Amino acid sequence: MTGIAYWLPVIWSVILASAIMIYVVLDGFDLGIGMLFAVERDRGRRDVMVNTIAPVWDGNETWMVLGGAVLYGVYPGAYATLLPALYIPILLMLLALIFRGVAFEFRILTRDRGTEALWDLGFMIGSGLAAFCQGVILAGVIQGVSVTNGAFSGGPLDWLTPFSVVCGLAVMCGYTLLGACWLVWRTDDVLEQNCRRWAGVLAIGLFVSIAAVSFWTPTLNAPYLTRWTIWPNIAFVAPVPVLVVVLGFLFQRGLRQKHPLSPFLCTLGWFFLCLTGLGITIWPYAVPPTLTLWDVSSPPKSQIFQLAGTAILLPIILAYTIYSYRVFRGKVTAADAYH
Amino acid sequence: MTSASALLLARFQFAFTVGFHIVFPAFSIGLAAYLAVLEGLWLKTGRSAYLDLYRYWIKVFSVVFAMGVVSGLVMSYEFGTNWSLFARKAGPILGVLLSYEVMTAFFLEAGFLGVMLFGMNKVGQRLHFFATCVVSIGTLISMTWILASNSWMQTPRGYTIDPATGRFLPDDWLAIIFNPSFPYRLVHMGMASFLSVAFVVGGTAAWHMLRARRHGKLPSEQIRLMFSMAMWMATIVAPLQILAGDAHGLNTLKYQPVKIAAMEGDWESEGRAPELLFGIPNMKTEHTDYAIRLPLAGSLILTHSLDGKVPGMKDFPRDQRPPSPVIFFSFRIMIALGMLMAATGLLSLYMRWRGRLYVSPFLHRLALIMAPAGFIALLCGWVTTEVGRQPWTVYGLLRTEQSVSPIMLPSMAISMTAFVIVYVFVFGSGLVILMRMLSRQPVADEHDASQETPADILAARSHPETVLQRPRDGV
Ligand code: HDD
Ligand code: HEM
Ligand code: HEM
Repeated sequence: MTGIAYWLPVIWSVILASAIMIYVVLDGFDLGIGMLFAVERDRGRRDVMVNTIAPVWDGNETWMVLGGAVLYGVYPGAYATLLPALYIPILLMLLALIFRGVAFEFRILTRDRGTEALWDLGFMIGSGLAAFCQGVILAGVIQGVSVTNGAFSGGPLDWLTPFSVVCGLAVMCGYTLLGACWLVWRTDDVLEQNCRRWAGVLAIGLFVSIAAVSFWTPTLNAPYLTRWTIWPNIAFVAPVPVLVVVLGFLFQRGLRQKHPLSPFLCTLGWFFLCLTGLGITIWPYAVPPTLTLWDVSSPPKSQIFQLAGTAILLPIILAYTIYSYRVFRGKVTAADAYH
Repeated sequence: MTSASALLLARFQFAFTVGFHIVFPAFSIGLAAYLAVLEGLWLKTGRSAYLDLYRYWIKVFSVVFAMGVVSGLVMSYEFGTNWSLFARKAGPILGVLLSYEVMTAFFLEAGFLGVMLFGMNKVGQRLHFFATCVVSIGTLISMTWILASNSWMQTPRGYTIDPATGRFLPDDWLAIIFNPSFPYRLVHMGMASFLSVAFVVGGTAAWHMLRARRHGKLPSEQIRLMFSMAMWMATIVAPLQILAGDAHGLNTLKYQPVKIAAMEGDWESEGRAPELLFGIPNMKTEHTDYAIRLPLAGSLILTHSLDGKVPGMKDFPRDQRPPSPVIFFSFRIMIALGMLMAATGLLSLYMRWRGRLYVSPFLHRLALIMAPAGFIALLCGWVTTEVGRQPWTVYGLLRTEQSVSPIMLPSMAISMTAFVIVYVFVFGSGLVILMRMLSRQPVADEHDASQETPADILAARSHPETVLQRPRDGV
């Protein structure tokens, strides 16, 4: 395969990976805040937590819609194979996101504390379940699905393995850490202090998870191991563990010295390293271990038309997204709940 | 292979989720436009009642919008989970259109929604108005793309079929987007959204006027304004909607004649055809039982001439006929409600002329009963469109049973149950919350007098001491 038919799917893989990264970061702290409801019981502080994401959560979730749509339009073969294969975790995730999305609005609008507590519970469980399912879905892709004649041919529970459960828990831990770091940055007082404490613990959990998943992944598929040990990949691989550890030190220092933003940035760095690592691991497969990016791609005419729009629209989207974050910048305190 | 009952469940599940979803976007489309008009009028005239109404309805908007987003999220993955064969073949066309929808509409709405809901005091008035307009335009752009997708499935154009894989390959994007049924569907759906919201607004106002009357009071300025605006909408748009529906029908007659035959319950193709007012089409005996006929009207309505020839289902093979009993009735419910809406509009015009718009209990009762009429008509219209498209997903090219995912019956059954439980619970609660919001009157200086914009409530809750004493349910 040469020329445009080769390069378009490659370009798109970079765009899709970036969209996933943006989604994970943005909705990650959203979902993390939901999970932190488990440890933060104070009603006023819960309001502040929700307040920090109220103006932006819809935009954060839209990145996931974009992910689905890009998969559908650019890699329809992957969309049509992975979604049936991961039917149960995907539907669970969607249902969880429904609960979470409305619980978020409804908790403010209900009149009695009992109902409010119920929606708070929905917010918490919905967030946790959605995060868990996302980890499972990721693992489901990495460990591969059975494919015959280009279509999914496995059973409904193929995705359920010890590996996928561990990945689910790892993502829960990572998102909660993102949420805690976000709150360290965006809130003050008791809430900020609580979050610093939780972030310290969660970081250790994430660190352990990263190590576990890193050692486990190469054993899932023979090609994965070779991919990491051949030149020039090894040049990228070698510094990764070092970077992970360096980020760990920066993170701890940021927490101790009460930096507002550096714990959040360090966590972002961790996520970036993990996702890039996973991307390299499964490259060039869209549906490991059988279908490559080119096997699942739509024709160049579709990919070009969509690329033209994306090249123009994505920078604009990023610009006004940043603008809307800026409108609501600064510490959110109990005292200025968006008057 | 997927069993027949798994197929049935996949179809039912899709219809159920999209049927829920469509109500919220339609609500958002109409309400966002209404909010933009209210805020614009407020900026222009400075009349505070407009601002009060804006603040009243924006709370409703925030709830409706959230429900639209979460139910829409489900839709964007359901093409893959339920219709993977369809997604594989049509993805190169429809996936691209959906991506454009996300990039031109969903992000736009999401990006400015925060400013619209929470930014009144963070950005200037004009910038805030701009945000409201952008959100409203976003909902309209979204409608345009999704209807282009749906219309392409009804009247596909601008594609070639890849002989090796059976995939639809794009040939001409303009022909794909501006396919023959798209303009009709766009206009009809847009007006349907505006009408649906107008009747909800009018019904809410009517309820408060009836209540004020029972308490021997006059309705407030805000309530009267609401009612008047809603009734203008009904007066003007409901008759236009009938014209648009008629034009849409002619378009369908041209491209999907068997759908029209099934909507009409006609079996034989004939000229000087009657219109069936009632009947029960029987797919087995190929006959419409208990028919009540209006002579010549069928030809007149469908061809605009007395002896025009209308199609019959017997012209088409049995395995290409949609289930007539469903759409025969859904179509008639839509028409009947459309006529009633136009009648309500005209009655309000007469009352307005006689100066009785705010005092006629009959008109108010009628408006109250009609509150859900728009949404019911909208759902009936979609059922007509989609069931009438059967047995095809891409009309004439890809059959429904060749579109479904290889999902086993147990998974389908479990997920269907989960969907029903979650949707009924979540959206049922949403409905209760909305009804409660609407049962409270909009009041003068809505911002101070109520704590019910999301931001206000949060502020009030974290600072109960700083907020004036005020019962949450007002009135
Ligand atoms: C408030 C909502 C509403 C009202 C009052 C009407 N409709 Fe409608 N109708 C819709 C809402 C709708 C809809 C939900 O928006 C549909 C489904 C798909 C579409 O584009 O519009 C639709 C579809 C639809 C179709 C297309 C079927 C197809 O080919 O797929 C026809 C022929 C009509 N309508 C005709 C009418 C007529 C003659 C009306 C006059 C009384 C009417 N509609 C009132
Ligand atoms: C505009 C966007 C829409 C698209 C792209 C779309 C697409 C589809 C698809 C792919 C199917 C499954 C295949 C089939 O059974 O034909 C379907 C079926 C169906 N849809 Fe839609 N749909 C849209 C809007 C709606 C809306 C708003 C409703 C509201 C009620 C609706 C009602 C149905 C029903 C009732 C079926 C099942 C028909 C049957 O299987 O008998 N659709 N649609
Ligand atoms: C005629 C049918 C439809 C129309 C007019 C429509 C329109 C809209 C509008 C205006 C919104 C944004 C407003 C809101 O969230 O309330 C929305 C949300 C959404 N719709 Fe639909 N829709 C239709 C059917 C569908 C279908 C069939 C799909 C599946 C692909 C879909 C996918 C979505 C998604 C994913 C969202 C959430 C986007 C967000 O995050 O803001 N819609 N839709």
